[in-house]
Parts: sequence; structure tokens; C-alpha cells
Amino acid sequence: MSVREITFLEALNEALRQEMERDPTVIIMGEDVGVYGGAFGVTKGLLEKFGFERVIDTPISEAGFIGAAIGATATGLRPVVELMFVDFFGVAMDQIYNQAAKMRYMFGGKIKVPITIRTTIGGGLSAAAQHSQVLYSIFAHVPGLKVVVPSTPYDAKGLLISSIRDDNPVMFFEHKLLYPIKGPVPIEPYTIPLGKADVKREGTDVTIIGLALTIHQALEAADILAEEGVSAEVIDPRTIVPFDKEAILKSVRKTGRVVIVDEDYDRCGFASWVAAVVADEAFEYLDAPVKRVTTPNVPIPFSPPLEKHVLPNTEKIVKAVRAVVRKG
Amino acid sequence: MSFLTKDLALWMYERMLLIRFYEEKVREFFAQGKIPGFVHLYAGEEAVAVGVAANLRKDDFITSTHRGHGHCIAKGCDVKLMMAEIMGKKTGLCKGKGGSMHIADFDVGMLGANGIVGGGAPHAVGAALSAKLRRSGQVAVAFLGDGAMNQGVVLESLNLAAIWKLPVIFVVEDNQYAISMRSLTPTELQPRVSTARGYAERAGGFGIPAVTVDGQDVIAVYEVAREAIERARRGEGPTLIHAITYRYYGHFEGDPLAYRSRKEEEEWRRRDPIVIFKNKLLEMGIASSDELKRIEDKAMKEIEDAVKFAEESPYPDPEEAFKDVFIEEYY
Repeated sequence: MSVREITFLEALNEALRQEMERDPTVIIMGEDVGVYGGAFGVTKGLLEKFGFERVIDTPISEAGFIGAAIGATATGLRPVVELMFVDFFGVAMDQIYNQAAKMRYMFGGKIKVPITIRTTIGGGLSAAAQHSQVLYSIFAHVPGLKVVVPSTPYDAKGLLISSIRDDNPVMFFEHKLLYPIKGPVPIEPYTIPLGKADVKREGTDVTIIGLALTIHQALEAADILAEEGVSAEVIDPRTIVPFDKEAILKSVRKTGRVVIVDEDYDRCGFASWVAAVVADEAFEYLDAPVKRVTTPNVPIPFSPPLEKHVLPNTEKIVKAVRAVVRKG
Repeated sequence: MSFLTKDLALWMYERMLLIRFYEEKVREFFAQGKIPGFVHLYAGEEAVAVGVAANLRKDDFITSTHRGHGHCIAKGCDVKLMMAEIMGKKTGLCKGKGGSMHIADFDVGMLGANGIVGGGAPHAVGAALSAKLRRSGQVAVAFLGDGAMNQGVVLESLNLAAIWKLPVIFVVEDNQYAISMRSLTPTELQPRVSTARGYAERAGGFGIPAVTVDGQDVIAVYEVAREAIERARRGEGPTLIHAITYRYYGHFEGDPLAYRSRKEEEEWRRRDPIVIFKNKLLEMGIASSDELKRIEDKAMKEIEDAVKFAEESPYPDPEEAFKDVFIEEYY
């Protein structure tokens, strides 16, 4: 494979283009995905290459076009839908959680719903309470949706290709602050299996689990902690559903200490669930309480110092690790 | 009328009877506690589903509602498998996992009943989009109740169908009530849910041609649906059909029906769609009363066989609850 450095955004664009070239049933739908190239530029150039029939600009009608994409899956197409911000899911949630997620089950397993819904997540842009949320926990909570949350350009491309080829409905979450980051990505198409965690850094004293942007914060924290003589392992589950429980438990059995970093709201979220899984299945290996670094249960504020105060960051992760390492 | 062949007319008569007998049997069994959950009966509205479906190919699509048994039967679902499904049996069309509100059979183009009012409308739009992109010549029909015409997703669906000029037909079955709320004309008991003069007028706002039809007259429904479906197949875009009809029973079985009068119900029953059609078939000399009697007996037998099959079928293994969440064995 020939590998070169491209951005997270370019990796996604390449995955879309290569899948559309490979499979004529793949279509793109969403607001401003055509001439505009997507609100953040992920679908840039696809209209020119594949035409209006396969790159479909929609009205601001999320329930309508997500529902239409579901109907299209039932009749032979493989749509990739762009939901501009995850925050907008509220107007379309019935189509996602009652329709796409449950159709296969309700209809006795006789059908497949190969839809991929791409959406953007995350704070840090002072976009305030309706354009900054993460919310992947809500989708993981509902049975029937795969939930994919990449952190690197390499993972973004491989996971998006796998998501498009998957015959189940997939929610694909792109952190807005990751779009410009660069990393090595093969030119050729490749897949990363959904449900396989990746150890982003090996360590022996503490396991840090994160997703998307928080993986990068965890890696920075691991550098700082290394200087203090603490060896941190950073694990990226990459997908919440399916969840690579074994990879997490294996690491916890080795380190005996766990910090879970999650930009989603604290209450009933991803971090809380992982903490519960660890408590249920690896309690005897724990040398300290499980710590969570999450976003407190407040709407994401607009003003930069307020927003900075509530979101997870490297410093908060370092503090949490110091606390569990000391307690041990 | 000129296009309605004798074979098709008798098929329509048989389908209407199957729906009526099926619903009467479900009503009886529900009262006896043999059917779990909620059921919403289609009796009284048979002419709408059958008049539309008579124009559809097997590979055309329909989406349905919580009141979906009639649409399923009209589109060709097996009544045995349907009966087993709503009794929660392993042999059901959906392995007993969906029940009355979630019957689907993609093999006959039935893309699903739906527990959410209006939830299926965009699926019909998407099926039509797919048909258009694949140049398959298929059309999609979204069956909707009058209540669904006030759901945002239905109005979004009308707009998408119009701007993309899709081969989709919206069939609004105006059975006068959205649960207890009156559709278009207020009564002394109930206020109405829309100030539109008719749903056809509302479709006009989206640039969609629309027609209002007597939903108790299956030939009238057949004719307007024929025109709409041919138009869709020619690539000329969507149509909305507003069919005026009536549900004989409550919103669900167990509904005390305090919002409408017995007198009103009797008036509607005087315009029973099956009786109207039967009289027409006889008057026009399309079929003899002996022929119709044979069809009636055959339909009744089919429903009795369905009941026997469903009652004798086993319930699913409890472990079945964990299957079919995803393609893979994972939940």
C-alpha cells in the first residue's frame, strides 16, 4: 500500500469517493452536499464526479430525507446521509431510532437496512448549546444502531468504508476539531472491522479509554504522565456498538486502574456504561476506583472560558490519572 | 370502468372479503384474549386498499400504517402468516417479533406497517427515489390516515416527492377520526384537526396534483388510482388521493367510541363498500350471485384455515428475542 499524509477530512472524502466508484448503489444525500461540498467540505468534488443522481442535495428536512434514505435501502440502494450536526437529530430521531434501528428486528430478520448516517460532533468552536454536542451515547442506547467514532485519519477512512459496506444502520460520528489533523493513510481502499479496539499507546500503570478528540488529549496526557514515571495505556474502542469489551478488560487486568474520557454528558453516558462493564467483569483486578472525565450535565456554553471549563481536556485527564495512581 | 376486467373485479371482491373476514375474526379473537397487544381494525375501509392495490405490480411498493392489515392483504401478504404473526407465533410473517403494527413482507413489496403515525411516508418516497434511479418502472404508494396529514414528516415527504418528481402516490384514508379528533368537519362532539377544506387542497400547496374520491366505492378508487399510478410510471411525478371513508370500529379494539354517535355509524354502514361493489357486479352482469357466493365461501375458508394454522403454531423460543437485532449475532 502506498501511504501518505492527508487530513481526517480528506480521508473521509477519499473513502466516499472510492466506495462510490466501487459500488453504483452507493448514493449521498444531505443538506448542501452537492455544489457546496458539504457544510465542512467532506463531500467536495463528489457531485462533479458522480452527478446529481448520486449526490443528492436535500431541503432542510432531516426527518424526510433520512426516512427517504431508509426507504431507498429497502429497495436496493446504499445511501450515505449527512446530518450536518448531531444536534439536529432531534427533528429526525423517529426515523433513526424507531424506523432504521428496529426494522430488521420487527420484520423478523428478513430485511437489511444498509444506511450510513454521517454526522459531526463536538465542542471547542464556541458554537454553543445546539451545535456542540456529542450525543453518541443516545444512539448507542437504542438497540439496532452501530455507533462508530473514529479518532485518526487512518481509522476514519477504514471505518467509513466498513460502515458503508455494512448491511446494518450505522451512525458515523466525525469530531469537528479532527477534520484538519493529518496522519498516514493508504491511497488504496481498506477496511477496519467494526468492533475492534485499537491500542493507541501501550502502558502498564493505567488504562485510559477515550473516543475521537479525547484520544488525542489522552495521548498528550500520557506524554506528561510518562515524565512523572506513570506508564499509561491509551485504548480507542473506535466503535461503541459493537464494543470490543475484551480489549478493554484485557488492558484493565494488566493495569488495574482505569480512566474513561468522554466528551458526552456525564449522566447515563458512554463513560458511565464502560465503568459499569469494568466493575461487573473486572472488579477483582481493580486497584483503584474507576474515574471518569466527562462533560458535566450542563448545555455547552457559548463564551470561550465557559466552554473550556466544561469540556474534557489534557489537564483534566492528567489530574484524574494522578488521583487513581496515588490511591493504588 | 372500461379497464376493469372480470378477473380483476373478482380478485378485488375476494380481497375485500378477505380483509373484512380477517378483521372480524381478529376482533372476535381479541375479545377472547387470544391476541396480545393492540389491534387497529380496517373494516369499513376495504375499498381504498383494494382499489389502489388492484393497479399495482407485485414489485411495486407500499408503506402502511398502524391500521395496516387491509393494506397487507390487498398487496398480497399471506393471511395465514399474518394471523400467526398477530398471535405472536413463531410461524408469523415476522417470526412473532412485530405483531399487528409491524407486519412487513418485502417479497410482495409491502415495506411495513408502522406504529408511528406518518412514519412510513418518507420510506415510500425513498422507495420511489430508488425506483427512479434504478429506472425500474416501479411505483410506491404511501397509505396514510387523515391524522398523519398533520405530521411534519408527511409534509416533508410531500415536498421531497414533488421536488424530485418521484413515482409515489400518497393515499390519505380519511376515516373521519384521528383517534377521537375529527378530520375536516367538526361535529357537535368533536373539534377538527385541520382547517384545510380538503387534503387535496393541501397537496396543491406542494405542487402535487390531488383528487378526492368516495372511499366506499372501490371502482371509483380503482379509477383514480389507475390514473395516478400510470402518471407516476410515466415519470410525471406524485399524486395525492384523498379517499373519504369510515372505520367501523374504534381507533383500537377496546375504544369506547364516546366521540361519535351510533347514528353516525349506522349511516356509514348503509354505504358498506363490499355491499356497494357486490350490487354493482350483479347489476352490471359482471358476475352471477352464484359466482360471488363461491368467492365468499372461498374467502371464509381461507380465513378459517389461517386461524387453524395460527392457533396450532408454536410460540417462538424465548432465546429468539436476542436474534435479528443486527445481521450478525450481536445485540
